Amino acid sequence: MAAAIDTGADLERLLLVRDIEEFFYAEADLLDERRFVEWLDLFTDDVQYLMPMRRNVKFGEWERETTKSPEEVSWFDDNKTTLTQRVNQLLTGVHWAEEPRSRVCHVVSGVRIKEVTTQNGEVTAVDTGSRFVVYRNRLEMETDLFVGRREDTLRRVGGQWKIARRVILLEQNVLLAKNLTVFF
Amino acid sequence: MIATSMKRLVDVDSGIISREIFVNEEIYRQEQERIFTRAWLFVGHESQIAKPGDYFSSYMGEDPVVLSRDRQGQIHVFLNSCRHRGMKVCRYDEGNTPVFTCPYHGWSYGLDGSLVGVPRFKEGYYGELDKSQWGLVEVAQLCNYKGTIWATWDPKAPPFLEYLGDFRVFLDGTLDAFDGEDGGSEVLGGVHKWVIPTNWKFVAENFNGDHYHHPTHISVEAVGIGPGRTGEARHSDVQRHRRHMTSFPEKGHGWRGGPPQSLDEEIYPFPRFELPEAEAYFQAAYDRRKKIGAPSPPTWMFGGGGNVFPNASFHIAFPRSICVSHPRGPLHTEMWRWYLVDKNFPDAVKDHFRHYSMRYGGPAGMTEQDDMENWCYATAASKGPIARRYDYNYQLGLGHGGVHPRLQGAWVSDGEFSERNALSMYGHWAEMMDRAD
Repeated sequence: MAAAIDTGADLERLLLVRDIEEFFYAEADLLDERRFVEWLDLFTDDVQYLMPMRRNVKFGEWERETTKSPEEVSWFDDNKTTLTQRVNQLLTGVHWAEEPRSRVCHVVSGVRIKEVTTQNGEVTAVDTGSRFVVYRNRLEMETDLFVGRREDTLRRVGGQWKIARRVILLEQNVLLAKNLTVFF
Repeated sequence: MIATSMKRLVDVDSGIISREIFVNEEIYRQEQERIFTRAWLFVGHESQIAKPGDYFSSYMGEDPVVLSRDRQGQIHVFLNSCRHRGMKVCRYDEGNTPVFTCPYHGWSYGLDGSLVGVPRFKEGYYGELDKSQWGLVEVAQLCNYKGTIWATWDPKAPPFLEYLGDFRVFLDGTLDAFDGEDGGSEVLGGVHKWVIPTNWKFVAENFNGDHYHHPTHISVEAVGIGPGRTGEARHSDVQRHRRHMTSFPEKGHGWRGGPPQSLDEEIYPFPRFELPEAEAYFQAAYDRRKKIGAPSPPTWMFGGGGNVFPNASFHIAFPRSICVSHPRGPLHTEMWRWYLVDKNFPDAVKDHFRHYSMRYGGPAGMTEQDDMENWCYATAASKGPIARRYDYNYQLGLGHGGVHPRLQGAWVSDGEFSERNALSMYGHWAEMMDRAD
């Protein structure tokens, strides 16, 4: 059941926010250290990993600004199977777009809890918002900066946080990078 | 214009092409004048402008254009630039509008391109401006071919169907429905757009006729992202063992695959799908093709690609898309990819195709990423003064193959890989580049 945040329980809330922040920072470490198989473990089996495209639209027509799933094409609209395939491709050593590998740094900031779901007094899921800056440098002078927002739904599974849904809003129209071989 | 004849840089008979045509700034400028203002270019799909007032912003080469549908339902393509001071009259990707009003001085244009509003027309222009002469610049010719919109700035260009010639049967493979229904396709919403540091011709050449590049894709084949069953390869063995190449030397178009065959000669032409709805749809499509004796889809159903000269590349089936490589200087290309589905796809099949499109193509595509790495660093390693002295080799299959028995003006390889397709494309390119009129 969804419950409004209990503003009285300040300490509990603070601990929850710190817990989520720690989770995202640890995730960033896994990605930047290219521990992709461990990273995959952070997702539920029914995860949706979605990065829509962004359109230039007329004032007030915002509902068309972001491509929709499942009707339209996005940059990513992955499930656990495709995410796993992407990781497996990176681990072949002959995925030329990532061979030699990129240097990547994820900066996650502005972590906020938007909604908490509890069951029998236990927190079972949280909806979060955050900002990201992903820096990539590759080969000699290839440099990309991906900046945007993330909306994550985290679910408590076996005492661990798992990402059940991730929506990545990249603040670009024409993608300015030549590819998307990094995860967000 | 450059004094040198391009035929000195493109030696079709010997299979030798100078690197200059891929990196030279002056040659690039000449291409803009002589290729992109004369050729038929892909602009968009009619399903993107379904209703009167709908518009879609696109490009023809470096020139921004708007594809629109006027109140009478007529389709237009205009240069997206105000006739007064050049400001873009439309800076939205798509939408619906009664007029395009320039934000600079307020000139406004109807959906048919006519100049309908000029601020201070009576007071400032004394009512003397001849508005009929100052509408948006419209393309010289436009063709709606099975829903795809093509245009050219050249009034003397041959009509689109003549420009395509018999190459049309390959484009039909992409635009007809899988069951053979004429033009039974539409595009999914959302166009992949991204910029890569390569010359646009690397992209066109790859679609036009490079089936020799399997080492590029060993990682994606190792993973198996195929459209049929989880973990399968992208294309079937049948397709891989048919290495025909078909091209049209007088037109510059090329197709990575063989000609259509009758279904009787053919094995089942679709993947076997894990998804029951897809399996049922494709089995029915196959049965219908046999029943109506539709021109068969044959082996090209397994993912063949082609290129309508100069830069409208397409994939025929798995995936099924149109990819335009817009030139952005000799060393950069803006890629636009549309994905097509059958209009009659059930939702589940449409979604299956949408997913396959995204894991195959575009900047996140597990296939396309590795293609781009090659195009980009081939461009980078070809621009130095020493590199430019050493020509590229296009001799694969040179002298083998011959005239196609059924398709007029077509050359076909004899069942092996061949770079004759690329030579057809560059031979035509050189001829167009040398033609001054």
